[in-house]
Amino acid sequence: MTAPLMETRDLLIKFGGVTAANNVSMQIWAGQNLAIIGPNGAGKTTFLNICTGWLKPQKGKVLLEGHDITPLPPRKIVRRGVARAFQIPQLFTEHTALENLLISAAAREGLRNPLQNLHNIAQRDEMMHLLDLVHCADVADRVVVELSEGQRKLIDIAVALALKPRLLLMDEPTSGVASSQKHEVMEILVGALAEAGVTSVFVEHDMGIVARHADEVAVWNAGNVQLRGTPDEILEHPDVIRDVIGEEVA
Amino acid sequence: MNLTIFLLALFDGISYAALVFIVALGLTLIFGVMRILNIAHGSLYAIGAYATVSLTGFFLALGFAPVFAFPLMLVSAVLVGVLLGGPIEWLLLRRIYDKPEVLQLLVTFAVFMILEDVQRLVWGTQPYFQASALQALGNVTVFGVTYTVYQLILLPMVAIGLLLGLRFFLRHTVIGKLILATTEDREAAQSIGIDAERVFLFTFTVGAVLAGLGGALASPTTSILPGMGADMIVLSFAVVATAGLGQIGGAAVAALMIGLGRSFAVYVWPEVAVLVPYLIMVLVLLVRPEGLFGSPVARKI
Amino acid sequence: MTDISQNSTSSRASRRPSARTLLTLAGVLLLVAVPLIAPTMQLLINLALAKGIAVLGVTVLLRAGQVSFGHALFFGISAYVGAFLVASMPGADMMLVLACGVLGALVAGLLVGLFVVRYRGIFFGMLNLAFSMIFWSILEKFYHITGGADGIRLTRPTVLGLEMERGGFELVIFYLSIALMVGLGWFTLRWFVSPVGQVFQTIKTNETRLEYLGLSPRRVLLSGYMLSAGLCGVGGSLMAMTQGVVTPEYVWWVRSAEMVFIAVLGGAGSVRGAFIGALVYEIVRIYASAYAGDIWQLLLGGFLLVIILFAPGGIMGIADSLIHRKGTRQ
Repeated sequence: MTAPLMETRDLLIKFGGVTAANNVSMQIWAGQNLAIIGPNGAGKTTFLNICTGWLKPQKGKVLLEGHDITPLPPRKIVRRGVARAFQIPQLFTEHTALENLLISAAAREGLRNPLQNLHNIAQRDEMMHLLDLVHCADVADRVVVELSEGQRKLIDIAVALALKPRLLLMDEPTSGVASSQKHEVMEILVGALAEAGVTSVFVEHDMGIVARHADEVAVWNAGNVQLRGTPDEILEHPDVIRDVIGEEVA
Repeated sequence: MNLTIFLLALFDGISYAALVFIVALGLTLIFGVMRILNIAHGSLYAIGAYATVSLTGFFLALGFAPVFAFPLMLVSAVLVGVLLGGPIEWLLLRRIYDKPEVLQLLVTFAVFMILEDVQRLVWGTQPYFQASALQALGNVTVFGVTYTVYQLILLPMVAIGLLLGLRFFLRHTVIGKLILATTEDREAAQSIGIDAERVFLFTFTVGAVLAGLGGALASPTTSILPGMGADMIVLSFAVVATAGLGQIGGAAVAALMIGLGRSFAVYVWPEVAVLVPYLIMVLVLLVRPEGLFGSPVARKI
Repeated sequence: MTDISQNSTSSRASRRPSARTLLTLAGVLLLVAVPLIAPTMQLLINLALAKGIAVLGVTVLLRAGQVSFGHALFFGISAYVGAFLVASMPGADMMLVLACGVLGALVAGLLVGLFVVRYRGIFFGMLNLAFSMIFWSILEKFYHITGGADGIRLTRPTVLGLEMERGGFELVIFYLSIALMVGLGWFTLRWFVSPVGQVFQTIKTNETRLEYLGLSPRRVLLSGYMLSAGLCGVGGSLMAMTQGVVTPEYVWWVRSAEMVFIAVLGGAGSVRGAFIGALVYEIVRIYASAYAGDIWQLLLGGFLLVIILFAPGGIMGIADSLIHRKGTRQ
């Protein structure tokens, strides 16, 4: 039996009186597309923050392929192959879309030659391809701050993908993307992840997206995983309909 | 080190800390509310001192009693606040609240450069002395050490009075509560009808008055000369940074640490006395990057 | 554009070359000709070039959205290292003096940098100021070593083993300064558009993403800080050898302020602007000091306010908008 790609054991974190992670033990298996759903304030983003070292749990551990990575800062966890896309896109707002990706590729390959132009690095074509993949090739030379929320979300994901991670954690990847395009974008994204062999975890509020693009769903509530199962099992579960989907509709 | 020297160092440290605290209080108040570090604060301090010396000299020459120097200190401080502080906020800072921090620093730095020359133009480069206020209160002897009442009793009392007074003002008066609300969340405060611009103008003026008052109170104890503003801004920044930016009570503790550290160094190793405040600051920041009483602000992602 | 530290990334900069490149070339040639056409200006321009290289150091930091009010520290350390070297090793070579000075600035840059890269904005600017004040106090107080306020003489170093007359040495220093201006200016331009330089400039916009690219923002800032300290060191060393004496005034906060002023005047973030700013500044200062010596800082401060509030692009910004009247900028 192989170890999970990433595993958390008894994570506990409290902010003031609020318990944002309450003894969370969870496994993420290599190759899966795990969706995390749950009401706002259930601790989903906090979970991603702990897994990537941005927040340190008061108790518990995060393991990556069996190695304890809890004390590591985010950059060291990233270097071990865990990339992240954010709910609010974290981009270099004064750089162009392409430059954001080029910087990411340069960070991956190491920053050696101080006289080479960023635009001439060997990964330029690869990055153009990635931009194309997320439907942003036409805005490659536009400064990020001018782009729409949806475009920035997608570029944020592309920047994470440019690191060639083994595990990609995404926080609401399709929020801000026009609803008519959500499925198409997820289709391409999931396809690209599968092709590159990237395991993914994504927080999502849109149950339609979850139903179609996740192969497993974890339901978050009050700082812990309440239920876990296939999309069909979960989305028809009466508790989920009452606590999660009901809220989404409201 | 015998008892006499120990007491002398202690008294020097306390009176010095009281002065630095008064100036730092204005600096940290402005920063706490407006998120702006006013580099020109040092100039306001120097101008407060110059104004006091000039006014006192003028009125004593007319035959007024030396005690008259005290109300003139207040007058000078208020003049600095109203004639300089208010217009700086109103004409300049108001234009740059939404600009990057670097730019705000550059603007207050430019004001600082201008005011440094203004001092030279008005008062020249000759040092001034005006110790009437110091002499008017006489001396006191503690354990065989004679010290001026002005430095040992008046200055610390004013400092403590300002600390407690400002706390009371912020927590228990309407204007104080408006200031605190604006500090917490400017947009929310504006949305419930608080006039943030007036709050900022008021805060900056009060901060400037405190700088001027620091200079006014310092004037009888030292010679007034060009460059004192530059020294004071760095020193009061050291106090404020050691305490944690915006920490009013903390600034009192930091001022005492730095004041005492410096005065003891004067007796033990005079060459490094000037360095002690910075060394204390660097040591504190090495251990606690946000200062003694500051708390880290986590960025929300 | 409200921001002073403009971010002209490579693609945008390289698309408008000709006019700029030609003007730059013409400017450099004009400088090269100065000893022939205007020998009385040579010393003045040499000092301006030395300052310009130091200002380039401040410019580097502005690209990361940071301002240092204490970079004269590295200017001064380099100068004092050179002076001590020549004092203990009379007849040391000019290049050795320069190399040791810069090395001193780099070591100081590393030590101070390790501390200040933990901070941004206000703290960054003010802690740099504090460090320069510390060094200034040391220079003033330990006068038996440093010569106090009078400073120490830096007797003329040798050039490739040759003892030189004053005139010849000044000519050598002058052309060395031009060569360093061109070389370091070229390097800095290339560095700005290189991956490492581009990463450095992201400090200004998003350190969270930087961390999530697997990079340490502090280390990234430190690399640029070292570059800026080194550049200030080169400037300080050239200035010291040109003037033949180093004083605590090299480290005084007014000197740091002057560097920041020139960087903003030339066009914050612009390499050419650093040198144009320094030349304009020095020339204006010489002629203005006769009339306005007493209010020099006042004028500087007033001018700084005007630039920040009304012309945030500085001289280079104004020049660009003249060349590109059509306004293709976003």
